[in-house]
Amino acid sequence: MILAQLEGQPIVDWDWVFGHLDDIWAATSEHLLLTGIALGVGLVISLALSLLALRYRKTYTPITWVTGILYTIPSLALFSILVPITGLSVLTAEIGLVSYTLLILIRNIVAGIDGVDPAVKEAAVGMGYTRRRVLLQIEFPLAFPVIIAGIRIASVTTIGLVTVAALIGKGGLGFFILQGLRRFFTTEIMVGAVMSVVLAVVIDSLLLLIQRALTPWARAKATL
Amino acid sequence: MDFLGEVFAFFADGANWVGSAGILNRTLEHVGLSAFSMVVAGLIAIPPALFLGHTGRGGFFAVSVVNIGRAVPSFAIVALALPVSINLGLGLGFWPTFLALVALAVPPMFTNTYTGVREVDPGTVEAARGMGMTGGEILRGIEMPLASPVILAAVRVASVQVVATATLGALVAWGGLGRYIVDGFSQGDNVEVFVGGVLVAALAVFTELFFGFVERRAVPSGLRVAASVGDGQIKILPQPS
Repeated sequence: MILAQLEGQPIVDWDWVFGHLDDIWAATSEHLLLTGIALGVGLVISLALSLLALRYRKTYTPITWVTGILYTIPSLALFSILVPITGLSVLTAEIGLVSYTLLILIRNIVAGIDGVDPAVKEAAVGMGYTRRRVLLQIEFPLAFPVIIAGIRIASVTTIGLVTVAALIGKGGLGFFILQGLRRFFTTEIMVGAVMSVVLAVVIDSLLLLIQRALTPWARAKATL
Repeated sequence: MDFLGEVFAFFADGANWVGSAGILNRTLEHVGLSAFSMVVAGLIAIPPALFLGHTGRGGFFAVSVVNIGRAVPSFAIVALALPVSINLGLGLGFWPTFLALVALAVPPMFTNTYTGVREVDPGTVEAARGMGMTGGEILRGIEMPLASPVILAAVRVASVQVVATATLGALVAWGGLGRYIVDGFSQGDNVEVFVGGVLVAALAVFTELFFGFVERRAVPSGLRVAASVGDGQIKILPQPS
């Protein structure tokens, strides 16, 4: 009976979409906010850990090992483990989301800075640059295309994962996907899915434009 | 009883391990469907990717497939598999989960296999051709072994993703370990939710380590490339799900 409801349903019921533009907008902003917080916090933690790894090489393996394990744990499993501790809250969602950005960001920051031509660094040191100035004015700008490539992957990934957080009540557009599943209503699933893909593509393109504008010397190849 | 005590009590109770809703059967369902989906996805993805990689055609297609695949959330794939499955008359449970897992595993395996074959040193291929090897011989004797580290890494990445996403099958009325999480949520039973989370996490990490082990054993020793980080670019990274 319920299944029959799904059969022969139009893929998108446009009346429903136009009747719920406010809800869609609200969910989209929540989605962006959750993604933004995760990326911001993830970036701060990743920068700190990357600096540590660059300064003390021995820490790089354990750092990638731990963040690698975090990365492997499915988001729904991580949320489930956290719920008894931090409840059905934004904090639970963000701990999960942040933990998935770390591996990607740290690997790209470290690889980016490692990839800077040693001759350039040497020239800077020869000109009397301090270690800090070499890092801030030479290494970071030159590593920027690789770092942005990491941020792009991390943001597309995070936008996708936010939808899963709908199961703990904080899913942005994932809310529609879950509601659609519960009510056997394809339109809602489509709205959630299509909007999160659109969001991912828009954010990814914006980041690419930012990178092109800030580092016109580097046309970094697209990362798979 | 404190929370962790309850969790321990859950694991210690033999009744939670046996039967159709027991941990053993749920794990078996989870692993079984994941393995079946991987085999089907591998058959769909790898042979055409090997062929296209060998001929050098379809590069744009290969890159587009993975980029689109990355942007579609795995949760959305599972959800969209439900109306598809029902309209095909396949119903709830097993089929929508299976369709979603296959759809999820094909893009990374296709693209990485394609890239792996493309990236074989053209000089080596040329030399083989010069020695009189046919196209098929080159593919089997040169390109496939040389691309094997990348192909195996792709299989590992896809397997971890499939095991992770099989959890969401519980939302379309399938079994597997996701049942503990989804049922626990709907009954407000945090112990069950936590138990499910731990089991799924352990299975995913085990899958990663297992395929990592297989890779180390199966890849010819002269070919152990770092499949993850090469010249500042991340080549193969799973998409967490």
